[in-house]
Amino acid sequence: MTRLIEAEEGSRQLFMGNEAIARGALEAGMKVAAGYPGTPSSEIIENLAEVSEKAGIYVEWSANEKVAMEVAAAASFAGLRSLCVMKQNGVNVASDFLLHLAGSGTRAGMVLVPCDDPGALSSVNEGESRHFARLVEVPLLEPGDFQEAKDMVKWAFTLSEEIRNLVMVRSVTRLSHASGNVIMGNIAESKNLEAETKNSAFFKHDGFILDQMEGAVISAPVTYKHGQQHEKLKKAIEFFETSPFNTYTGPENPELLVITSSVCSLYTNEALQMLNAKDRVGLLKLGTTWPLPPKLVAKHLKMTDKILIVEEVIPFLEESVKTLAAELGPEIGVKTFFGKRDNTIPSTGELNPDIIASALSGILGIDMEPVPEAYTKRAGELAFLNAPVRDLTFCPGCPHRASFWSIKNALTMDNREGFICGDIGCYSLAMLPSGFSALKTLHSMGSGTGVASGFGKLGQFGLNQPVVSVCGDSTFFHSAMPALVNAVHHRSNLTMIILDNSGTGMTGFQPHPGLNEDALGKDAPAVDIEAVVRAAGANVTVCDPFDLAETRETVLKLLEDNNGVNVLILRQICALSPEKKGKKQFEMSVDENICVGENCGCNRLCTRIFSCPGLTWDREKKVSRIDEVICAGCGVCASICPLQAINKKEVA
Amino acid sequence: MTDVKTLSHDPYNLIITGVGGQGNVLASRVLGNMLSNKGFFVTIGETFGASQRGGSVMSHLRISKDKTCSPQIPRGKAHMVVALEPVETLRVLMEYGNPNVKALCNTRPIHPVGVITGANNYPDTRDLKSWIEELTESAWFIDATDMAVKLGNPIFGNIMMIGALASQNELPIDRKDFEAVILAAMGPEKTKINLMAYDKGMEMAG
Repeated sequence: MTRLIEAEEGSRQLFMGNEAIARGALEAGMKVAAGYPGTPSSEIIENLAEVSEKAGIYVEWSANEKVAMEVAAAASFAGLRSLCVMKQNGVNVASDFLLHLAGSGTRAGMVLVPCDDPGALSSVNEGESRHFARLVEVPLLEPGDFQEAKDMVKWAFTLSEEIRNLVMVRSVTRLSHASGNVIMGNIAESKNLEAETKNSAFFKHDGFILDQMEGAVISAPVTYKHGQQHEKLKKAIEFFETSPFNTYTGPENPELLVITSSVCSLYTNEALQMLNAKDRVGLLKLGTTWPLPPKLVAKHLKMTDKILIVEEVIPFLEESVKTLAAELGPEIGVKTFFGKRDNTIPSTGELNPDIIASALSGILGIDMEPVPEAYTKRAGELAFLNAPVRDLTFCPGCPHRASFWSIKNALTMDNREGFICGDIGCYSLAMLPSGFSALKTLHSMGSGTGVASGFGKLGQFGLNQPVVSVCGDSTFFHSAMPALVNAVHHRSNLTMIILDNSGTGMTGFQPHPGLNEDALGKDAPAVDIEAVVRAAGANVTVCDPFDLAETRETVLKLLEDNNGVNVLILRQICALSPEKKGKKQFEMSVDENICVGENCGCNRLCTRIFSCPGLTWDREKKVSRIDEVICAGCGVCASICPLQAINKKEVA
Repeated sequence: MTDVKTLSHDPYNLIITGVGGQGNVLASRVLGNMLSNKGFFVTIGETFGASQRGGSVMSHLRISKDKTCSPQIPRGKAHMVVALEPVETLRVLMEYGNPNVKALCNTRPIHPVGVITGANNYPDTRDLKSWIEELTESAWFIDATDMAVKLGNPIFGNIMMIGALASQNELPIDRKDFEAVILAAMGPEKTKINLMAYDKGMEMAG
């Protein structure tokens, strides 16, 4: 998408929220961007990487979020504007550095964009990044639409330089992954970009120890620097008091004041339209949500006695407003608050216009105009009875299906109630029936092997079940490496299986340190997983998961070994990778004369248990059938059938 | 073909639905850009991410003369449902349908994993059509995937659906708008085959 950089100033583009964020950074003259892939944030770094050469910027997919923030911080210290991007729980990973960075302060503008996922549309948590702004005491901005996503990121760099500290701009799935119209600003054009950027970085470090711009960059002396940090926040509040990102729409004396931020402001606006209540309700949309500007908030709290706070995940804004209201009590009087804490707004899940309309209609006593009841009932009935649920499953041709098939079979044959500690990636889907419900623990990145390392030490207390952990190749570099080292050092008994599909599959196949290509598509030295594991002192075996029999036998053998850490690398490229996508290795077919269907005795092993979307049960003919539109041609199912009724023919 | 210059509703709420991997997101971007290029405000809300792995995918397109809308359409407020997979139409109508909604459906089923395993049933195509007709003001059914396979790749089904939608004169879009967007996004080489798919879609629905 070269229009990210080529779209002219003043032109109006349909941009995804993540593109708008990327454009904002480019317009701000950002020079270095780093992140770790995670839905819904990934497209920001991807888009920047694509234009990196043209824009004269450096972009990387770092090994994990903490390293990403460190890489971006270095640029700031050396005088270059930098951006750091991650999904909500990535901030947890980066938070130790984040705390200390907030203490040391930054030099050139540095912006952190965390993308939260309210409702966990593509996460295994409903984490909240906003509270980190309060926790480490840095300013927080929240864009309310696509134009603001761009403009706010751009301004965040200015603010960061005004206060010489990191600024957070928090997005959410419904902004990052949604699209809307954005009017472009100017990307500072440089006639001689190369010459200009060549000598622009320099790290000054020999100045006075307390001089943030010229001395060493450290968070000590702590109370002194902490005090400085509070002065920076006061300065930020001054900007926030008059910020154009905070807007009020509605009557002078509304019956109810709604205070909201982020896409919730679009939902609220729509809800007010649905209820025809714009002349009764005031809408204070805040773009600067921490620290809150007290004068601005006080002015609006005075307008009415009833306040509804609309936000997703934790009652962050609600608590901040209530704290201010308590402090302002003598000036503004007693208020009645509605929000998450009194369940006017649901405490979990994402919001939408209907939920907010329902909250508003309750407070205002307005009847909502419903869809005709008979229609809703009939449509609900028809869909409930006839639209079969669409559970997530591994893609056709996915190596993980084959891997878990073999691991599960080996664990069953071993017959000691062994189990798998899961990790984060596509293979997390193995917690579902379509992944044979194989995963028995699932937490954060790298935790599978960490938890397994603990299980593997419980032998002295009688735990004699085989312990297996799985992790992907990108997850290995992200955070499973320390867990592996821990397990080896403590002689924990476990089998670690690395599902190496040569990319960060879940988020769109971004590169990682194990590959010989970087985010910019340039050659990069690949860090060999096998060599790392060997150097750590674990035994290592490599198998092709598409060879079911060999994989199963290998796993079985490793389970029987009770002597420390064994690592098995199951290596097969992701079915969606550019190398494989749309190309079939095999033309698959089912020989209807050999498949005897339900009379076989296999109990439909292929379709009922293996359950690849490309292999379906033909209810009329009562045999299995390949769906040629869906099948990826991996050939694995041919080795499932006990009668060899499934044929594979190499595609020329 | 009459030239529709205005929107029948503002915002006009259109849902494109399907299954991960069918090109749902691309279809919504192409259609969104066609309308945005005409000067409309377009907001697209998308549910994807893990959906690529066999789940339902849904894009909400809101088209307005003058405003950015919420990326989620309120319940019961869809004007048009474009379904790349037939059973997804029912799922969308349950939440966003109303007696005046219209639907354009690809008839090629994609069986959910529960149907493949035999735990659930997939409805008969004739029944499905009659229910969709019952729940909509008007509904069109085309065999886009099968025609796309004949064109050489099932992925063109999504583009055929855009062609089919354009033929209904529900929205102020035409072939020129489509060509401009595809050319900008994919270059001249791929534009030809996409135009063929678009034309086939128009022809099938026309």
